[in-house]
Amino acid sequence: MNQKKFSTALTHAALVTLSCLFIFPFLWLLDTAVKPISETMKQPPVWIPSKFEFGNFWEAVNYGSDKVGYIPFLVYAENTVMLALLVVTGTVVSNAIVAYSFARLRWWGRDLIFAVTLATMMVPFPVMMVPTFTIFKHLGWIGTYRPLWVPAWFGSAFSIFLLRQFFKTIPFELSEAAKIDGAGEWTIFRSIILPLSKPALSVVALFSFMGTWNDFLGPLIYLLRQETFTLSLGLEFYHSKAGGTQWNLLMAATSIVILPVLVVFFFCQKQFIKGISITGIK
Amino acid sequence: MMRRKESRAGFLFALPWLFGLVAFMFYPLLMSLYYSFCDYSALRSPVWIGTDNYSELFHDEVFWICVKNTLLYACFSLPLSMVIAIGLAMLLNTNVKGMTVYRTIFFIPSLVPMVSLAMLWLWILNGDYGVLNTALASIGIKGPNWLSDVAWTKPALILMSVWGVGNAMLIFLASLQDVPTSLLEASELDGASAWQKTRNVTLPMISPVIQFNMVMGIIGSLQVFAIPFVMFPGGIPARSTYFYAMYLYDSAFNYSRMGYASAMGWILFVVILLLTLIALKLSNKHVHYGGV
Repeated sequence: MNQKKFSTALTHAALVTLSCLFIFPFLWLLDTAVKPISETMKQPPVWIPSKFEFGNFWEAVNYGSDKVGYIPFLVYAENTVMLALLVVTGTVVSNAIVAYSFARLRWWGRDLIFAVTLATMMVPFPVMMVPTFTIFKHLGWIGTYRPLWVPAWFGSAFSIFLLRQFFKTIPFELSEAAKIDGAGEWTIFRSIILPLSKPALSVVALFSFMGTWNDFLGPLIYLLRQETFTLSLGLEFYHSKAGGTQWNLLMAATSIVILPVLVVFFFCQKQFIKGISITGIK
Repeated sequence: MMRRKESRAGFLFALPWLFGLVAFMFYPLLMSLYYSFCDYSALRSPVWIGTDNYSELFHDEVFWICVKNTLLYACFSLPLSMVIAIGLAMLLNTNVKGMTVYRTIFFIPSLVPMVSLAMLWLWILNGDYGVLNTALASIGIKGPNWLSDVAWTKPALILMSVWGVGNAMLIFLASLQDVPTSLLEASELDGASAWQKTRNVTLPMISPVIQFNMVMGIIGSLQVFAIPFVMFPGGIPARSTYFYAMYLYDSAFNYSRMGYASAMGWILFVVILLLTLIALKLSNKHVHYGGV
């Protein structure tokens, strides 16, 4: 019994130490974000700022609004939200439709195509970077948001897989009963499958929101004009132009980019963990 | 009649993806194979030059530097992250109080956008005011110049990658929770020690998930891009952080050598395929498909 107590204490000690290591960088981020600039450069470091400068956030968002190099953070935020909405809607709608076909309809070649679909998850993006860019260049879409959201409306392997696994667990008797009542596939999909799949659909929505919010390479390749940038790209731009010296403002801007992701996570923790857990189970 | 109707509906429902698969997967894959044998820049259309791109890559010093950097990074970051992810998952799987809080804390770093993460670490690892070196100094260790010393830039990136093990950890945790307690209790009755239980029951039971995470880790770590791209523009100092995907990006969009970049892309693709197959082959001997 004593040994058991000892090992529990040991586990707790390990978890607390590791948690501190994992959480510390965030605390330091917030700490720096509310410091006056003079205190960011002090040695030894100032742990608790003498004055909490919450104005840093405002200043970071409006950095240089009176100068030529104005970095319109609020515009970036607006761009990112708009893009995320288009991507999330497209991802949910298209993948639900496609996954329905893979999960609940029998058609020639289905299993082969599904296997191919799973295999495509292994293809690294860099190998397709140039031809994909060329396609969008021929369409005249470079510099617009279209290369970033239009593909989302044509399905993605990961979301199809995730939704298919879920759709398959819905009893087939429900579909059969509806069919006897004369319902077509679209009706069954709309009025039986979709309402029962809200948890899985929200996982897909969540992942695609996160993916868009965090995406760096896509906007880097396709967006040209500064006023069209997303937050990720804008933050990089901010760093290379204004950062490097004003660490408090850079950290304030960084926290602003992180914040929405954390808020979304806290509200949807359960879905998140369920979604990620599904991924590992083949 | 019924079957034909279902077939048609199935095909119609799958249509968006069938189009996406062709337009955004097969076509780009084939085209990039074709471009890899071409001289192709943003301004000119592709001109067939045979295997010139590949032979030039073979003699390109920068290419080999990137290959070496990327492999070094993967060889350290992958095993380290795997061990830590399993370790954390096992700690969390012990029914301690406050499990959800710890789980959240370990997972949060993997939520953070890459660019923000890069900014945060630039600040923490900063040579002059960085808090990590201050902390090290307080226990009597003189911290290196993480961001400017050629010997320490890669360890810095590996350290950061360990901080982002949350995803793998959650997958491990889910699989650990599926290990039947009856098995563990049985081995306990047989007098197995904690280590023996881990070694002979738990690890074999979660081996398919270890294999899955390993394959995903290989694919991901060979494509590392955003963080080094933001933290070390151009792979500074002395190209010590110039990774494969960064050189590929630069070749395509800064040097406008699209054919050259496509050749690099195909080499990466083939290497990932081979490594994945090897990883599956080697680990298949040890993977046990009884549980999970």
